[in-house]
Amino acid sequence: MVPPSLQPAAGPSETPRIAVEARNASKAFGQGDALTRALDDVSVAIRKGEFFTLLGPSGCGKTTLLRLIAGFDTPTGGSILLNGRDITADPPNRRPVNTVFQSYALFPHLTVLQNIRFGLDMLGRKRAEADARAAEMLALVRLEGFASRRTAQLSGGQQQRVALARALAPEPEVLLLDEPLSALDLKLRKEMQRELKRLQRETGITFVFVTHDQEEALTMSDRIGVMQGGRILQIGPPREIYNQPANRFVADFIGETNFLDGEVGAIAGDTATIELAAGSVTVRSAGLDRGQKVTLAIRPEQVRIGEAEGLPAVVTGNVYFGTDTHCHLELSGGAGVVARLQSAADDATPLGEGTAVRVSFTPGSVQVLAD
Amino acid sequence: MAERRPFSVTRLPGFTAIALVTFALLYAPIVTLVAYSFNGSESIAVWGGFSWRWYGIAWQNTAVQEATVRSLVIATAAAAIAGTVATLAALGTTRTDRFRGRTLIYVLVNQPLMVPEIVTAVALLIFFSGIRLATGYAGLGYLILAHSAFCVPFAYLPIRARLEGMDLSLETAASDLYADRFQTFRHVTLPLMAPGIVAGVMLAFIISLDDVVITEFVKSAGQDTLPTYMLGQLRRAVTPEVNAISTALLALTVLLLTMFFLLTRKRD
Repeated sequence: MVPPSLQPAAGPSETPRIAVEARNASKAFGQGDALTRALDDVSVAIRKGEFFTLLGPSGCGKTTLLRLIAGFDTPTGGSILLNGRDITADPPNRRPVNTVFQSYALFPHLTVLQNIRFGLDMLGRKRAEADARAAEMLALVRLEGFASRRTAQLSGGQQQRVALARALAPEPEVLLLDEPLSALDLKLRKEMQRELKRLQRETGITFVFVTHDQEEALTMSDRIGVMQGGRILQIGPPREIYNQPANRFVADFIGETNFLDGEVGAIAGDTATIELAAGSVTVRSAGLDRGQKVTLAIRPEQVRIGEAEGLPAVVTGNVYFGTDTHCHLELSGGAGVVARLQSAADDATPLGEGTAVRVSFTPGSVQVLAD
Repeated sequence: MAERRPFSVTRLPGFTAIALVTFALLYAPIVTLVAYSFNGSESIAVWGGFSWRWYGIAWQNTAVQEATVRSLVIATAAAAIAGTVATLAALGTTRTDRFRGRTLIYVLVNQPLMVPEIVTAVALLIFFSGIRLATGYAGLGYLILAHSAFCVPFAYLPIRARLEGMDLSLETAASDLYADRFQTFRHVTLPLMAPGIVAGVMLAFIISLDDVVITEFVKSAGQDTLPTYMLGQLRRAVTPEVNAISTALLALTVLLLTMFFLLTRKRD
């Protein structure tokens, strides 16, 4: 439970201000049999000043949604609103929204400074004002001294910073980031993740970030929208997405999950018994009916291995990861389960293959997904 | 980096010999021509010592002067017109959504590369003589138009190649950064395609400067260009003056081609 003092300032009665909103937005390509719905009736409201991530596998529609917000594509249905105003028909150059492109799309014929000034120049800002703002942006992304370089002379990480500075310079209402870190190596990516969070905090600009990397989404976002097949499956803060996935896809896509098929047995008050092939598990009964087919989702770190109570199982193998060990188990009845055991200094040797054990789950950690 | 290929044609027996013979056949005549342009004697076959004599004679020759000026005027005008048309054609075939007949347009633009030159020449001769009869105009306009027409594909190909190699997201980024369509073209598309345009115009200039067949058919009396003047000279007494003019033309072409190469080579 979160203590009251740590809860967000905006109480449940106060509606947060919405920066950008998609209302029943659809985008279809092609016609007839070749028709593909890249985006299928999507509605999402992104709050002012939040770091919002659109997360999903490639082809899920996340980039399409981003392009609709930027104005590079027009929706085949629905509308896009910015600060409550319908901007669906506005061309990209009339939208106070800027984009950091996956390929960076820096202008190769211009210097770093000219790239950063580009938006300000197009807006007709005064020369001195644009210069001052561009210098400020160079400092913000820590590229002072690179002003007169050609973009081709920069490393990938530096080009990334220029792209960020260029998009932030005109002070957009919303900054769109299309998988901006995917071209960087792991170490640089981690560094840029922190850098992006810092820039978002310092500028207070609403960030809409697109990624297929679930770890990136969990570590950086205020809220995440998980997408698949042109739809948004779940919207929520990282903890909620991770701990209470709305369905099997979300549970499977975010982190690792054990899935166990079962059926609702006896319901007594607010607890229900789920009958599995290996035995029974007690969960909260809210929303369940007797006889209903369900899937249980349990994170590997919530799986406990003991000897006294729980479902009978046999160890089938161990995989060592340094910080922890994955213990693979087979429940009686054949279902596989992975348990994550943290490595401790006094850690004993792992359980040998074939060891008979009992498997239980941390109370309250079992998610019941309706099939 | 230099990965060794399992098979290389350079290691086949006779490779070096064949290469040397090929280059000799390609360049021996040109080297001879250039060498004899510095011939001091009256004959193109008998060596009479090194001399700039024939360059001086060609320089003083008013017919050569007039033909040179005419060639440069036609080539400049034709390169400018062909460059403009080719730029618009390249934009129309790369910066639009796919439309029906785009391949057909590609073929039509490149028509001069496929239709035999003599056919075009005869067609233009007949076509222009009709216009001449009707209007009475007999100026350089016919030659400029004819040269512009066959220069278009030579200008079009490098410009189109440049546009196709350009990252489309650059134009998207410009529009994202508040540039309207004209500003996007003015500040992003045009500066980036400029090397392609310059290369295309230069290629068109060289092609125009060099043309004999179409010019010979289309020109009126007294409208000799440098190549048709040289052709005319060969029918009379041949002196090393022709060598000197050819060498000068060769030098100009090599210079332009070198610049073309420098402009179109890929930068990393």
